[in-house]
Amino acid sequence: MDLGQHGRPQVPARARNLSPIVPRASIAGRALVAVVAIMTFLASITTGTVLLVSASAAEWQSDVASEITIQVRPVAGRDLDRDSTAAADATRSQPGILEVRPFTKDESAKLLEPWLGSGLSLEELPVPRVIVARVQPGSTLDLVALRSRVTEVAPTASVDDHRAWIERMRSMTGATVFAGIGILALVIIATIISVSFATRGAMAANRPIVEVLHFVGAGDRYIANRFLRHFLRLGLEGGVIGGGIAMLAFGFSESIAGWFSGTPVGDQFAALLGTFSLRPSGYLALAAQTVLIAAITAWASRRTLFATLDDID
Amino acid sequence: MVRFENVGLRYGLGPEILRDLSFVIPAHSFQFLTGPSGAGKTSLLRLLFLSLRPTRGLVNLFGHDVSLLGKEEIASLRKRIGIVLQDFRLLDHMTTYENVALPFRVLGREESTYRREVIDLLKWVGLGERMDALPPILSGGEKQRAAIARAVISRPHLLLADEPTGNVDPTLGRRLLRLFIELNKSGTAVIIATHDIALMDQYEARRFVLHQGRLHIYE
Repeated sequence: MDLGQHGRPQVPARARNLSPIVPRASIAGRALVAVVAIMTFLASITTGTVLLVSASAAEWQSDVASEITIQVRPVAGRDLDRDSTAAADATRSQPGILEVRPFTKDESAKLLEPWLGSGLSLEELPVPRVIVARVQPGSTLDLVALRSRVTEVAPTASVDDHRAWIERMRSMTGATVFAGIGILALVIIATIISVSFATRGAMAANRPIVEVLHFVGAGDRYIANRFLRHFLRLGLEGGVIGGGIAMLAFGFSESIAGWFSGTPVGDQFAALLGTFSLRPSGYLALAAQTVLIAAITAWASRRTLFATLDDID
Repeated sequence: MVRFENVGLRYGLGPEILRDLSFVIPAHSFQFLTGPSGAGKTSLLRLLFLSLRPTRGLVNLFGHDVSLLGKEEIASLRKRIGIVLQDFRLLDHMTTYENVALPFRVLGREESTYRREVIDLLKWVGLGERMDALPPILSGGEKQRAAIARAVISRPHLLLADEPTGNVDPTLGRRLLRLFIELNKSGTAVIIATHDIALMDQYEARRFVLHQGRLHIYE
């Protein structure tokens, strides 16, 4: 095409900074970043709490599973001290038992102190005697043999390996993890819905741009990619803010727990959950979750983009 | 290049606004499309641009039956078509330069490879001083010239223009017609929809006249 420019010397034109095809300001970014940040924070707190509960439960279980308790009940006509000593000896001779510790009268009284007060005389009460035995880690204890050996020398003794308690603990942990997964699923669904609405809003606001891009021959993929960059960035921004605050919360939780130590609430939490501090693998899980939520944001946006582009053309 | 056979178009359940259109637009050809308001000129241009599908008949574009094309294939064919619409459709957040360069950006070309070409064309259509202006501050005529520049910058195989000289003075109208003629000489088939008899009288070309939904061709 002759534009009549041939006689003119060709000087190099200066490079220009090109505006983005989809202007950043045209996408309601702040609201979406806030939504994604809140969702990521809730998801991270849920995941962190589930990880803490699971870790604490596993600790309790391993502590409890490595012990058995033998209880010798007093009955008329039998010497409780002699039965206790015989039961302890019988337990000690059982293979797989590492250590046997019979509780003395005073120690038994101390155990009952919170309920019955101090200065208690066990002579006046039919209080059973407790023997705690530590099981060698990794060994399988023959509980039936131990039970028969102990009851042979002390017929009023009973052996408890805490199985029922461990089972209850296991089901409680399972329920906590299940509830956590449920909350995570709800958070993710809410994120997808919010992102879809935000994408639809952004597409509606930018409809003239989409139409012009169609006029100049841009395909849906090209157009979708222009929008997708914005949404991926918004998703990452929100994810990093929400996930970061949650990580900081877990990071500072030890100090926060320290402020409450000595108070009844603080002691109760410490007994239940130990400290609030997550292991490094927990932080990795939270970081992975942040990336996952950003990816979900981008995916939901992409899905909505293509559906909306189909409507526009 | 373009072949229509017994093409009909209706919107929804309304009456047929284009009836039994049969014509061929060869490569390198030049034609005016005219007719009274509401005769269907814009609809015919939209059919040619593949933004409407015919309700009956066959449309063949660049050797493709358009009824068999998917969205990405249509987008790919549109890269070979330039279009100037009555409402210009410039992007308000982009400068005149960026609007005109948009087809190159969509093609994925580096800015340095088309910069000189875009600047030369903008100067030629009289927008050399308005390169960095945003469309909201351009006059109607300037917007029209920017829209024309955007349509011709990538030297399309087919150029569709809807009233391209409607907002400019006769002198600039003649200059723009010369641009279309130059483009046609370099190989682009051109279809200009216009009411402007004076413009059509300036250049000897085929005339498509739409009347009551039917097309009459005057060679």
